[in-house]
Amino acid sequence: MSEFIPDIKAFCCHYTSQQTCADNGENLQKSGFPGNVSLHRVPCTGKLQVSTLLKAFEEGADGVYVVGCPVNKCHNVKGSQRAAKRVAAVQKALGELAVEPERIRMYHLERGFHPEFVAAAQEMDKLVKALGPCPFKGEAQ
Amino acid sequence: MIIAERKPIGEILDMIRDCDRVLLLGCRGCVTVCSAGGEREVEILASLLKLGRKKEGRPVEIVEGTLVRQCDREYIAGLAQWDGQYDAVLSMACGVGVNFIANLRPATVVFPAVNTSFFGGSATQGVWTEQCAGCGNCILHLTGGLCPVARCAKSLMNGPCGGSQNARCEINPNVDCVWQLIHDRLGRINRAEQMLQIAPIRDWQSAGHGGPRQVVRDDLIV
Ligand code: SF4
Ligand code: SF4
Repeated sequence: MSEFIPDIKAFCCHYTSQQTCADNGENLQKSGFPGNVSLHRVPCTGKLQVSTLLKAFEEGADGVYVVGCPVNKCHNVKGSQRAAKRVAAVQKALGELAVEPERIRMYHLERGFHPEFVAAAQEMDKLVKALGPCPFKGEAQ
Repeated sequence: MIIAERKPIGEILDMIRDCDRVLLLGCRGCVTVCSAGGEREVEILASLLKLGRKKEGRPVEIVEGTLVRQCDREYIAGLAQWDGQYDAVLSMACGVGVNFIANLRPATVVFPAVNTSFFGGSATQGVWTEQCAGCGNCILHLTGGLCPVARCAKSLMNGPCGGSQNARCEINPNVDCVWQLIHDRLGRINRAEQMLQIAPIRDWQSAGHGGPRQVVRDDLIV
């Protein structure tokens, strides 16, 4: 059986991800950032709607995570707090559908490119690999 | 406004278990304002239902729509635009909307996606509280504008029960005793003597105890 490579979608705000896109993402690749994690930049994570996060699962994501500013240091004051609430709403909905709520997660990270940004991606990759393919893909049964 | 809350997803999935195509119908009235059944909530529930059914290995087609209101004949007529596209309507409006669809569309299967909770307002962002019970015979002029029908656990009309303690209701220490609020407020607005006025035994027919109610305005009927 071939190794399961999860499809992971990361939604990051402009501030936490701005350095990652510099140099055509070369630094990102060298840093050990998993290639199966796709980055989706938004101006502020507070702009992310619950429906956007659910669509990511509809489009086949096995895991989703959001990276916003530290709770009390958001560039847009409460943007990352709002995002955390919406992530929690999706976690609750996943639970209602008997799907592991851990498939979606919120990270609050300092701005710019630093090891924690890569560590978050690696952590999600490891976690979702352990969980296996998302049941929403209808492949589990 | 009317406050509603989405039903658990499992309950909704169970209602639509026999359907292949569902018209998920939001309402731009009260349920949009209380974030239970407007366009945004339609989008979210549509995703959840599709995901839930995909997980079961029986995908469902969801047609999304939102009407200006679901409590007026002329807007319900707008349902015709989706004719032939669904097996059932799943309404995110309050119970009035679901009833209106059932009244006006004899052959249409309709299900409720929300629990219609009460008449209330937004106390703070994300919190709604009951304020009026639609009793049909308002007495707020006697109670300083605070409603004992809706806000007293026993709908008492002549002051607090013996369980009122430290301004809290005996049913729950987190709930204000509305009669304490009424007492304090009447004092503040120099109408404390109103507390002494005995409210007569009420005829609850106007509150629905005499069967379904209606309001008729002859001047509006041509
Ligand atoms: S007295 Fe009746 S109509 Fe007036 S606020 Fe209370 S429930 Fe509503
Ligand atoms: S404690 Fe106050 S609000 Fe509660 S039931 Fe008694 S009178 Fe009503």
